[in-house]
Amino acid sequence: MPALVWTALAGFVVLNVVIGMVTYVTLLERKFAARMQSRIGPYYVGPHGLLQPIADAIKLMLKEDVVPDAADRWVYNLAPIAFLIPCVLIFATIPFAPGLGVADLNIGVLFFLAVSSLEIVGLFMGGWGSNNKYALLSAMRAVNQIISYDLPFVFAALIPVVLAGSLQMSAIVAAQAGLWYVAYPVIGQLAFLAFLVAAVAAENRVPFDILEAESELVAGFRVEYSGMKFALIQFGEYAHMIGTSFLGALLFLGGWLGPGPVWLGALWFLLKAMAIFLVITWVRWSFVRIRVDQILAISWKLLLPFTLVLLLATAFVVAWRGGGVVS
Amino acid sequence: MDTEARQVIELGYGGNERLTMNMGPQHPSAHGVFRAILTLEGETVVAVEAVIGYLHRCHEKLGETLTYVQYPSIASKTDYVAAMTAELAYVAAVEKVGKIEVPRRAQYLRVIAAELQRIASHCLWLGTWCLDMGGALGGGATVFLYCIRERELILDLFEMLTGARLLYGFHQIGGVRYDVPAGWDRKVRETIDFVEKRLDEYEAMLEGNAFFLVRTQGVGVISRALAQDVGVCGPLIRGSGVDYDVRRAEPYSSYQEFDFKIPVETAGDCYARYRVRMAEFRESIKIVRQALGGLPEGPISSRPGVKSVGQVRVAKGDGYARVEGARGEIGAYVVADGGPKPYRLKWRGASFSNLSILPHIIPGHKVADVVAIMGSVDPVFGEVDR
Repeated sequence: MPALVWTALAGFVVLNVVIGMVTYVTLLERKFAARMQSRIGPYYVGPHGLLQPIADAIKLMLKEDVVPDAADRWVYNLAPIAFLIPCVLIFATIPFAPGLGVADLNIGVLFFLAVSSLEIVGLFMGGWGSNNKYALLSAMRAVNQIISYDLPFVFAALIPVVLAGSLQMSAIVAAQAGLWYVAYPVIGQLAFLAFLVAAVAAENRVPFDILEAESELVAGFRVEYSGMKFALIQFGEYAHMIGTSFLGALLFLGGWLGPGPVWLGALWFLLKAMAIFLVITWVRWSFVRIRVDQILAISWKLLLPFTLVLLLATAFVVAWRGGGVVS
Repeated sequence: MDTEARQVIELGYGGNERLTMNMGPQHPSAHGVFRAILTLEGETVVAVEAVIGYLHRCHEKLGETLTYVQYPSIASKTDYVAAMTAELAYVAAVEKVGKIEVPRRAQYLRVIAAELQRIASHCLWLGTWCLDMGGALGGGATVFLYCIRERELILDLFEMLTGARLLYGFHQIGGVRYDVPAGWDRKVRETIDFVEKRLDEYEAMLEGNAFFLVRTQGVGVISRALAQDVGVCGPLIRGSGVDYDVRRAEPYSSYQEFDFKIPVETAGDCYARYRVRMAEFRESIKIVRQALGGLPEGPISSRPGVKSVGQVRVAKGDGYARVEGARGEIGAYVVADGGPKPYRLKWRGASFSNLSILPHIIPGHKVADVVAIMGSVDPVFGEVDR
């Protein structure tokens, strides 16, 4: 069956591209953070530290893999995999250019949102299975936070869907040919802002990184992980973040649309996604972490009603302008 | 402790499952080796037991075995973040016992060193405190690196003055050991001008940040009465509305000749302590400028230079001297028996008395606030355990 082989091959290629991208995005973040902090960042491995991610990966692979005696072995060992799978699976529905993707599902956005919120299962397994008090507290916080922030995240992501009238990613991009949704009057900017805040929270980055919280909970749910399992968790976290950046670029910044020939589309898409990633990184390295009760208050009292009202307003606007035929 | 917090402790969340969690002695926010045994109900701390003593080095016994010439260099190891003022407390106590005069130039140099040390120490405090709240992989690390950058400049000044960057041995009985090297005063002026400008940057970065404000305002409130009952000192008591500073209450080393304000805040929370320290930065810079401008000529010590370790002897008697360190009141009590070594030495560490506030204010707060409150107390465990 050539179609199946083709899909499998595409999946393999995308997986490897994601691995390569995650590896080098860590370098990008470290260089960017170093600039903010008046440092140089990785410099000695390769020219300007370009081989540093490779060195890090090799180091993590060679590290001893420790399983605590008290850990629940099955849960503990499965957790990194359970965490990683949804984080990588979100790339399945993202088209990187017209027709360049694994599967451009007609419910692509829904699939992305559903799968991306599955990461909590892996997180909780890790926190519970480690049998460590810090990890347990972190797992509790994780459940609190991700349940609270997935709703505003979904609502914010649904606004472009309503505007475009389709859940298919390529259709949403096509609908932005005239006007990127971030430029849509009022609704676009507010929705983009809400999307960014919810994305930072859903990805557990500072200032919402209460489940990692190295100054309180040491490293949170992954305090007991070492070596390759730690690398898998770290990899999953970055993959999730990049995936969300791609989604943001696709929903609000017009995906691969841009000047130049069509084949430049993938490059435009990458640049837009990296711009979102760098905004998140910028926020990360300038804020202090906020407390768990404050995080929940922001979500339930502010962000959730805000995005819900915005979604309803968008629906009214679309109905008023005579669009809104959901295909 | 306010009533709401007490209610939480007494009533709980309906469940009675409590978790005992060890924070420290090895912990990213332990500020050295501090162990807090927390009893948690969910995320809320209901009880805290502080365990200290992991850094005990028999400092007071050591003081009895070292001569008056040797010990000042060791005294700096009690509070290694603000070594200058720790040395000064010991030296001042011995001078009190021996009724030894200190030349005016030496007094001014002591003031300059102490105030520069306060700036350096507060830089480290601000950095580590934000690191506690913001994490090593977040905005906290950014503030930390900025602060360390400025602290480096002050340490460069100390290196020019004494040859050392952390533990100086600058003070000696009867004066100071080193005179100002050529060009030092110009360098000091440049540095403090630079640091003063950077302070505005920190304030803009932190006070304009809503997340920083919600993490610090109303957190860890020490009421005026509690502060006085427990006997905290330094920025903690000034943050709770008590206008008390040893430099003003009992001036030493000619502090009465300088014009400076004692910053006082009344809120008593972490933010008030932050404001007090930020104001102290500026006051210290003011004092350094005045002292440099009016630096008198003359000898830097009333005693001849050090030739042997046993050359300083003070008459029989006892004396207690106190100075205002970066963390509060540092005291040294010296009993002399006429020999080259003290018969007995007792330290009063500012961090030790400040740390005793923790069990009073932490219960009722969340786990994340524990590190914020501890950072705002700014303990140095060399001084707590001695």
